[in-house]
Amino acid sequence: MSEGLIILGATSKIAQEVGRVAARHGREVLLVARSMERAEAIAGDLRVRGASKVTVIAADLADVSTHPSLWEQIEADMPDAGEVLLAYGSLGDQERADHDIDYTLRELNTNFTSAVSLLSHAAEQFEGRKKGVLAVITSVAGDRARRSNYVYGTAKGALTLFAQGLRARLFTSGVRVLTIKPGPVDTPMTAHMKKGLLMATPQAVAAAIYREMEDGTADVIYVPGYWWLIMAIIKAIPEGVAKKLKF
Amino acid sequence: MNSGNHEDPAQDTSYRSWGNYPRAAHKKVLRPSWMDEITSATLKENAPLLAYGLGRSYGDSCLNDGGTLMDCRGLERILEFDVETGRIVCEAGVSLGEILLVAVPRGWFLPVTPGTKIVTLAGAIANDVHGKNHHVEGTIGCHVERFELVRSTGEAVICSRTENPELFAATIGGMGLTGIIPWAELRLKKIESSLIEMDTVAFNSFEDFTRLSSDEEGARYEYTVGWVDCLSGRKTRGIFMRGNHATTGGLHTHPEKIKLNVPFNLPGFTLNPLTIRAFNTLYYAMGKAKGGHSQVPYDPFFYPLDKVDNWNRIYGEGGFTQYQCVVPETEVAAFQEILERIAHGGQGSFLGVIKKFGSVPSPGMMSFPRPGLTLALDFPFRGEKTLRLFSELDEVVAAAKGALYPAKDPRMSPRMFRLSYPRLEEFRKYVDPALSSSFWRRVAEVGR
Repeated sequence: MSEGLIILGATSKIAQEVGRVAARHGREVLLVARSMERAEAIAGDLRVRGASKVTVIAADLADVSTHPSLWEQIEADMPDAGEVLLAYGSLGDQERADHDIDYTLRELNTNFTSAVSLLSHAAEQFEGRKKGVLAVITSVAGDRARRSNYVYGTAKGALTLFAQGLRARLFTSGVRVLTIKPGPVDTPMTAHMKKGLLMATPQAVAAAIYREMEDGTADVIYVPGYWWLIMAIIKAIPEGVAKKLKF
Repeated sequence: MNSGNHEDPAQDTSYRSWGNYPRAAHKKVLRPSWMDEITSATLKENAPLLAYGLGRSYGDSCLNDGGTLMDCRGLERILEFDVETGRIVCEAGVSLGEILLVAVPRGWFLPVTPGTKIVTLAGAIANDVHGKNHHVEGTIGCHVERFELVRSTGEAVICSRTENPELFAATIGGMGLTGIIPWAELRLKKIESSLIEMDTVAFNSFEDFTRLSSDEEGARYEYTVGWVDCLSGRKTRGIFMRGNHATTGGLHTHPEKIKLNVPFNLPGFTLNPLTIRAFNTLYYAMGKAKGGHSQVPYDPFFYPLDKVDNWNRIYGEGGFTQYQCVVPETEVAAFQEILERIAHGGQGSFLGVIKKFGSVPSPGMMSFPRPGLTLALDFPFRGEKTLRLFSELDEVVAAAKGALYPAKDPRMSPRMFRLSYPRLEEFRKYVDPALSSSFWRRVAEVGR
C-alpha cells in the first residue's frame, strides 16, 4: 500500500515500532504527538529506516477542543492518507482513581472520549473516500473490568464498543475498522510490572499489528493471539466469583 | 524483576557485568526513553549515578553498587544518517549492530569495531573501544565527531574537537564519569562490499607473530589479530587472522535474530568451549589448507561469539574475567614472560587474543590503547588463585611500563590504575560529582 499512515500518539512504544515496520516498507508516515521534540526524534529514526516521508504535528490529543483544527491540519499535511492508527492511552493509577473523581474523568477522557472524537473526524474523511483502515488500539483490559485497573478497563472497553459500532457504520463505505487488543507489552507504560512469560515485546506486537492492517481481514485481533483464549476464560468467570478476586 | 528474591527487595540485583563478577545491588534503576529525561536535575537527585548500556564491560566499570543505574537502552533511535558523507547521529543506547543494519546496505561500515556488536554507541565512547584495525584507524574516539554531554554541574553542552575540547577528551575513554551522553555523532567508513577478504596464517613462534604484525605486513591489511594458545607454554602457537574489505559481493547485513542462546549459568567449566572449539577448528583447517584465503561475511569475521546469546553463562555462577594489558613494543621479553606465567600459572590452558596497536593517537585522555602489544585472556573466576596470578602479571606489566584496561577489569589495584593512566590527575577535574561507579570508587577514590 503506498498511501500514507497517520499515527495518533506516535510516542507510544508500540506506535514507534509500528512506525519502524512501515518505514522498512518505504511508507509515508504522519506522526501526531504531544511533544514536538520527541516526535522529531522518532521522525529522524523512521527516515533513516526507509520511510519515504515523515511529517510531524505536535498536539495534545486529550484536548478535544483542538480536534477540528487538528484534523484540518492532518488532512492538509497528508491528503492521501490510507490508514489511521490510534495508539495513545494512559494506564493510569487505579488507587488514585479510587478516590479522585476528577482524575478518573480525565483518564476516561484521555482513553475514551478524546479517541471517540478523533475517530469520528477520521470516519468523516474516510467515509467520503470509501476506502481505508482505521486501526484502534484498545486493550484486553477492556474485556472485563477488574479491581486493579477498572477505570482504564472501562475506557478501553467503551472504546472497543465504539469501534464496533463505527465498523458497522463504515462497513458499507468499504472502510475497515480494526480493533486491536494487546495483552501486557514490555514498554515504559508497564515498566513497574513484573516481566512474566505473558509479557510480549513491542516489536512482536507491532509486527502483528502491521501485518493485520496491511494484509488481514479481521475485525478484532488479540496480540499475541493467545490472549483471546485467556480473556475467554476470564470473561467466563461468574460475577459472584470475579468480584472476590484481587486481580 | 524476577531475580534475587532472597535479597533486599528494595535493591535491584538484575544488572550484571559481562563477567558476572563482581555482583552489585542498585538502590534504584532509571529507564529513560527520551533524551529530554536526562537533565542536570536528574543527575543531582540520583547521585551517585552511572549510565548502563548493554553490560558488555567485564568487571565493575558498568556497575554502581549501592547507587543508581540509568539503563539507557530506551534511547535507541537513529536521529540522522547522511548517506553521502557517512555521518550518523544516534541516541546513546543504539547498539553498533543496529548501526550496521542501516549503514551496510548503503555502503557504510563502522570505522572501528570491537569483538562484539552488542555494545551501545555511548558505551563504546566511554571505553574508547578498539578493534582489529587499531594500527590503521586508532580507536572509535578518533571517529567521533561530537556528542551532547549532560552534567549535574550545569546545562547540557556539545563536545567536539573545537567545542569544549577538554570535556570531549575526558569523556572519550572516561568510563561514563564525566556526564551522561544523550546522543553522539560518528563518522562511518565507506565500503563497497559487506564481505571481508580474509587470510589465516598459523604461527609457531613469537618471532613469527612479530613478523606477521610488522608495520610492512600490517600496512597491507586493515584488520589484523592473533589468537594465541597459552597451553603450548614456551612454544607460542597460534593463528594470525588478517583481512580487508572486499570490493565485490554485494552489501548484505548480518542476521537480526540470534539463533543460539545459553539460557542460564552452566555449572563451572574450566574454559570457554566455544572459543576453544573455534580455535581448534580454525587451527586444523589451516593445517590442511596451509594458510587459507577466503571471503567471509563481516559478521563471523568480527563477531564470532555474537552467534551465541549470553555465551558468558557457560562460565557458571562463579563468573569469569579477562586480563587485558598492553606493553610497549620494546618490552617483548615482558610480553613473553606474561604468556609463560599464564601457561605455568596452574589455571589450565587458555586462548588469548594478541594484537599490535598502532600509533594513531586517540583524543581520549584516559584511552587504553597505546603503541605496543596487547594481550587479552579470559579466565574463569576462581577467587584467590586467579587474583594471585593476576597480581604476578601486574608486576610484569608495571615493570614494562604497560597498562590495564578498565573495561575488562574487576580487580586492578589503585596503584596499577595510576601507573596505567598518567593523565589521571588531570582527568579527575572533569569527573562529574554526581557520577560514580563501583570501579571508580575501587581504584580512584581510595584514601581520598
